[in-house]
Amino acid sequence: MLVGHQPKEFLLAVEALTVSFDGFKAVNDLSFYVDENEIRVIIGPNGAGKTTVLDLICGKTKATSGSIQFRGKELTRMRENEIVKTGVGRKFQNPSIYDDLTVFENLEISYPRGRSVFGALTFTRDAAVRDRVHEVAEMIFLKDRLNVNADLLSHGQKQWLEIGMLLIQDPDLLMLDEPVAGMSVSERAKTAELLNRIIKNRSVLVIEHDMKFVEDIAHKVTVLHQGQILSEGTMDKVKNDPKVVEVYLGH
Amino acid sequence: MTDNRFFNRSELIGILVLAVFLVLVLPLTLDVFRLNLVAKYLTYAFVALGLVVCWGYGGILSLGQGVFFGLGGYCMAMFLKLEASSVANTKIQSTPGIPDFMDWNQITALPLFWKPFSSLTFTIAAIILVPGIFALIIGTAMFKRRVGGTYFAIITQAVAAILTILIVGQQGYTGGINGMTDLRTLKGWDIRPDHAKIVLYFFEVGCLFVCIMIAQFVRHSKLGRILVAMREKEDRVRFSGYSVANFKIFAFCVAAVFAAIGGAMFALNVGFMSPSFVGIVPSIEMVIYTAVGGRLSILGAVYGTLLVNFAKTSLSETFPELWLFGLGGLFIAVVLAFPNGLAGIWGDYVQPRIDGLISSRKPKPEGWTDSSVADGAPAE
Repeated sequence: MLVGHQPKEFLLAVEALTVSFDGFKAVNDLSFYVDENEIRVIIGPNGAGKTTVLDLICGKTKATSGSIQFRGKELTRMRENEIVKTGVGRKFQNPSIYDDLTVFENLEISYPRGRSVFGALTFTRDAAVRDRVHEVAEMIFLKDRLNVNADLLSHGQKQWLEIGMLLIQDPDLLMLDEPVAGMSVSERAKTAELLNRIIKNRSVLVIEHDMKFVEDIAHKVTVLHQGQILSEGTMDKVKNDPKVVEVYLGH
Repeated sequence: MTDNRFFNRSELIGILVLAVFLVLVLPLTLDVFRLNLVAKYLTYAFVALGLVVCWGYGGILSLGQGVFFGLGGYCMAMFLKLEASSVANTKIQSTPGIPDFMDWNQITALPLFWKPFSSLTFTIAAIILVPGIFALIIGTAMFKRRVGGTYFAIITQAVAAILTILIVGQQGYTGGINGMTDLRTLKGWDIRPDHAKIVLYFFEVGCLFVCIMIAQFVRHSKLGRILVAMREKEDRVRFSGYSVANFKIFAFCVAAVFAAIGGAMFALNVGFMSPSFVGIVPSIEMVIYTAVGGRLSILGAVYGTLLVNFAKTSLSETFPELWLFGLGGLFIAVVLAFPNGLAGIWGDYVQPRIDGLISSRKPKPEGWTDSSVADGAPAE
């Protein structure tokens, strides 16, 4: 429907996005738009292409056709580290942290300075870095564990650490792939609280299966099925959509 | 606990102990012949040091470090060979003033690429730049295309094989299978007599410590932590805004330059250079030195190299045909039982006991060296 210039107010505009793996279209002619400061949750059955969508946005997978515009910049033609620099942050499904480094060092690596080879060689751990690391560590409940090796953290703490690593980058669009999977009930509650606090001044794109958690945080929900949008709108609208009930929520 | 950008306190002690061991203990206890052997072994320690940065920290296993060792060694040997081939020295040749092997191969003029090597300044620059740029080209071609792991290791082996074949095949330009022999003087200073060997040994140890300091600096920089991070979760580093390929290229180039300095030292200390230090087998041996020393330990690389080479010399003198089996067995044993090599044994078993002793008694730093070497024995 909308070809050419999309309205400027969208932070992220995905249009006619298609990726095919050996003929199988994991994402098929997908279009959706994310506003500034919006929390969008993507739900859908296994194999619907949810994670693939995040992979396409952050550049891990190259699109077969279609466009992804972030603040008017075309992401499909950029390399992964350039996409990060434009302000897109991605959390992976399994906690993706550096086990051999301390919590402090994990956070420090994500601090957005000294990202070139020479910059990394001459990087100094100054007060600005230390303050920011401490600030983020406090937010993600790991203030007392800064000097602990990351492999000693619990599963939930590892998830928080990775969220913290993204926070320290201060992205405009934060993408989270199942942030509460495998967490205990109390950890879930804390994570919801954490997410509600960190969404200020940024947009968040979340994949999640936990419907209670989705209801808590979502502004708008997109339901994916077989690489295409099945339904989109508020949680209430989506929940009562017969197509959604049939393929996903009914089970 | 980081005291500065190069080392923390316990590392400083380790470096001082190594310095005392190499500068005082070995020269005072060994005769010149044995000391020169140590000098030869230490040339491999440069390679092992580079492998700690590239393989240990960065997770990039190169099975072709002999290539860079060879490039550095040949650059140095070309300079020394030119100096040894003065017209006065070579007047019996049909073309005086060119290296003897060229004369034997009916070459009548010095090839163009040899000419700049009559300058020592050019040679020193070439020792660093030729392998550095070569590693940059290989690294860029591989890592930008996301070639890594086993595939990268196999390609480095292929490069080592190709370079060996090239050197052997072009014997008019390279000295062929015999290499460049009969190297005599450096700017008129004879490198063959005993006192020269001693001077060269100390010069080499000095260079080794410069490289150790560079490695320590890299390790303590954020770049060092990024290398470790990359080894574990490459994608996380990439999606934190880093160009993973550039960091891999950097680590590979550092390893290449270290190896090349080692090769140049080899040509100086041993007095010749041949393709037998370039190919696949020596390249793999160099990886074993690093593995035995502990691939995460900068100082372990030096001890591992010395230990394996001492064992090699003494065992191959007694049982020449068994040595290769011994080396293979050693590698398997280390990988299976002590994945962090000597440094791992030291950190897990010896250090805690010493810490216990120190807390009850005054420390005796000199004792550390002896026990570290003695404690190395079980690693075999």
